[in-house]
Amino acid sequence: MGQLKSILDTFFFSMFPYITIFTFLLVTIQRYRSKAYTYSSLSSQFLENRQHFWAMVPFHYGIISVLTAHFVWFLVPETVLWWNSVPARLYVMEIAMFIFGLMTLIGLVNIIIRRQTNSMARFVTTKADWLVLGFLMIQIVTGLYTAYFHRWGSSWFAASLAPYLWSVFKLSPDLTYITAMPFMVKAHIVSAYSIILLFPFTRLVHILVLPNPYLWRKPQLVRWNWNRKTIRTTEKNS
Amino acid sequence: MDIRSQISMVFHLDKCIGCHTCSIACKNIWTDRKGTEYMWWNNVETKPGTGFPTRWEDQEKYKGGWELVNGELKLKSTSKVKTVTNIFHNPNMPTMDDYYEPWSYKYKDLFDAPAGDDQPTAKPISMVTGEYMDIEAGPNWDDDLSGSPIYAENDINLDVLSEEQRDQLFAIERLMMFYFPRICNHCVNPSCVASCPSGALYKRGEDGIVLLDQERCRAWRSCISACPYKKTYYNWNTGKSEKCILCFPRVETGQAPACFHSCVGRIRYLGVLLYDADKIEETAKHSDHELVDTQREMILDPFDEDVIRDAKKNGIADSTIKAAQESPVYKFVKDWGIALPPHVEYRTLPMLFYVPPMLPVMSSQEGDSVRSINEEYFPDFEKARTPIKYLAKMFGGGNESHLRYVLKKQSAIRAYRRAVTVGDIDMLNAEKALMEADCHPKEADKIYKLTSLCTFDDRFVIPAAHREEAIEMMKDPLEHKQEAGFGFREAPERGK
Repeated sequence: MGQLKSILDTFFFSMFPYITIFTFLLVTIQRYRSKAYTYSSLSSQFLENRQHFWAMVPFHYGIISVLTAHFVWFLVPETVLWWNSVPARLYVMEIAMFIFGLMTLIGLVNIIIRRQTNSMARFVTTKADWLVLGFLMIQIVTGLYTAYFHRWGSSWFAASLAPYLWSVFKLSPDLTYITAMPFMVKAHIVSAYSIILLFPFTRLVHILVLPNPYLWRKPQLVRWNWNRKTIRTTEKNS
Repeated sequence: MDIRSQISMVFHLDKCIGCHTCSIACKNIWTDRKGTEYMWWNNVETKPGTGFPTRWEDQEKYKGGWELVNGELKLKSTSKVKTVTNIFHNPNMPTMDDYYEPWSYKYKDLFDAPAGDDQPTAKPISMVTGEYMDIEAGPNWDDDLSGSPIYAENDINLDVLSEEQRDQLFAIERLMMFYFPRICNHCVNPSCVASCPSGALYKRGEDGIVLLDQERCRAWRSCISACPYKKTYYNWNTGKSEKCILCFPRVETGQAPACFHSCVGRIRYLGVLLYDADKIEETAKHSDHELVDTQREMILDPFDEDVIRDAKKNGIADSTIKAAQESPVYKFVKDWGIALPPHVEYRTLPMLFYVPPMLPVMSSQEGDSVRSINEEYFPDFEKARTPIKYLAKMFGGGNESHLRYVLKKQSAIRAYRRAVTVGDIDMLNAEKALMEADCHPKEADKIYKLTSLCTFDDRFVIPAAHREEAIEMMKDPLEHKQEAGFGFREAPERGK
C-alpha cells in the first residue's frame, strides 16, 4: 500500500507536471500558428442572455481573483508570510479569497444549470465543454474544502507548496512536503495539472485572448492591398 | 487631402416592389450554412414597421452608433474601459429572440405517419436544437403590416409625429407604406470596426468594403451592439461574427453583388465615390441637421483636376478615377442631390444612399374620379399621407428641408415628363415647376433616364479591382503557384 502511494506520488507530482506543461506549450503554440480560427470564446450569450449574466460575471471575476492570489503566493511566499504575521491581515485575506472562491462556485453552478436547462445553450455544449466544467468543479470544491478545513492555506502554501512548485520549475521536483499533504490538497493539485493539460485542446484557450492592441489603437482600421508608404514616397521623389 | 475610393450604393425606394428577390439571392449564396440561418445580410422591411431585428432603430435599447459627448465622438455601446469591464457579459447585446429562431419542418412525418383519421402534418422544428418548437417570429414577420397596431405602431420613427398624424397612419384607407431594403452600409466611420477588440473588422483601403476577418474574430460580440443598423450578425455555431461582404468576390471580377444583380425593380445602383479621409472625424461631429450636407461635402468631385492629381498620388488607379466619373451614385448623391443617407444621426457616415419614396402617388379626387396629378405642380407635401417628418427622421437626420427638396424635384420631373409624353400639362408651366425645384429640362431628362430606362451598365459601374497587383505585393505569384491555395482549407467548425 505504501509502495503504491509512493509510486502514485512520484507520477502525479514529479512526472505529470512535465507532461502537462510540455503539452500545454507545444499544442497551444502550434494551434495558434496553424488554426488561429479556433481561438474563440465560443460565446453563447446570443442564445441565452439572462442566466448568462449570473453565470459568467461571478465565475470570471471570482476565478481571476483566486488565480491571481495563487500566483502571488507562489511568486513572493516570504511577503505573504510577512503579511500573515498579523492575524487581522491574515483573516482579511483568507476571508476575501474564500468569498471569491464561493463566487466562482456560484458562477460555475449557474453555468452548469444554464447549460442544462436552456435547450439552445445545452445544444451548443460539447463533450469537451462538459469535461472542462467537471474538472473546474473538482478544482473549486477541493479548493474551498481545503480553505475551510485545512486553515490557514495562504500561510502553509507559502511555507510548503511554494517551495515544491519552485522545485518543479527548477526541474528537480522535491516531494518532501507533498507526500504528507491531505488527500483534498493533493486532489486540488492534480486537478490543476489536468486543467493545464486540457487547456490547449478545449475552449480554455480563450483565456489567452486579450484585447491588448485595442486599448492603444486608433478607432478605425484600414487594410490596404497596396503599400501606401512606397506609393507616397515614390511620388514625392519623382 | 487623403483621397480614398469607396464603392457606394443608391437604392431608389420609389421603385422597390418588396419582392425580396435580393434577400433570397443573398441567402442562397452566403447564409444557408449552420449558424447563419437566421441572418439576413440583405433584408427588406415594411415601413412604418419594426424591422429586423425588431426595433433595431431604438438605440436606447441597442446602443448602436456614435454619440457626441462634449464635442468628441464616442461609441454609444462601448469604450476602451468598458471593453475590459464588460468583457464577460455584453450588456446591450441583442439575442436570438430579437431576430427569430430559425425553423424547418419535420417533413419525414408526412411519409412515416401511421394510417389514421387525420392528415399527417409536418410539425415545425428548430434549426438550432432540432426540437419541436412554436413559431413566434420569422423573417419579414411584419411584412406589409403597416397600419397594424401590433407591429407598425412600434416603429420608433413615428415618435416624431403628432398624435393626429399617427392616428391618420392607422386609419383605414389613409395608411401608407413603403419598402426599405437594407444591406451593410459600408460606412466611412464604421462603429463596428471601432468597437472590435480583436481588430478583426476592417475597411478595405482600395474600395472601402467593410469586412470581418474570421481568423481574427474572438467572439467578443462588440460589433453586434455597436452597429446601429444591426448588420453584423453572430454565428452561434462557429462562434464568429459575420456580415455583408458586398459580394466582394463578384465585385472584384466586375460583377454586381447578387442582391443588386437580381433586383427585379432595378432599384439598385452601384458606383465609386472619392472622398477625403482627412475630413471623416470633423464631418461626423456636426449636428444632426447638418450631417447630410457635411457628408456630401466630404465626397469629392472626380472631374476636379486637384482631386484627380491627389487621388493618383494616393495610389488610386486611373480606371477607378474613370469609374468615379461615370458613377451613378455620384449623380444621385452630388449632382442631383436626391439620394440621402439612412439615419445619418448615427454618425457612421453610411455609404448607401436612398432616394426617398413619393408613394402613395399624389392625386386629387373629384366625386368618384381620381385625377393623377394636382392642378398645382407641387402637391402639398405637408398634407401628404407619408408625413415629411417621418421621412426626415429616417433619411434627413430630422432635417425636413432635404426631404422637401427631393420630393419637390421628383414631383416636378413627373409633371415635366407627363407634359412631354401625355401633353395634358402645359409645358411652360412644367418647365417653370422644374426651375422652382432647382432642376432644368436637361437634368430632368437625365434623372428620368437613369431612373426609368437604365441598363445594367448604367446602374453598375464597377472599377477593375487590380487584385493581381495586390497579390504581387504580398507574395511572389510564381511561388504562390506551388502552394495549396489560400483562404480556408478546412471546413470551419465550432472550436475545432
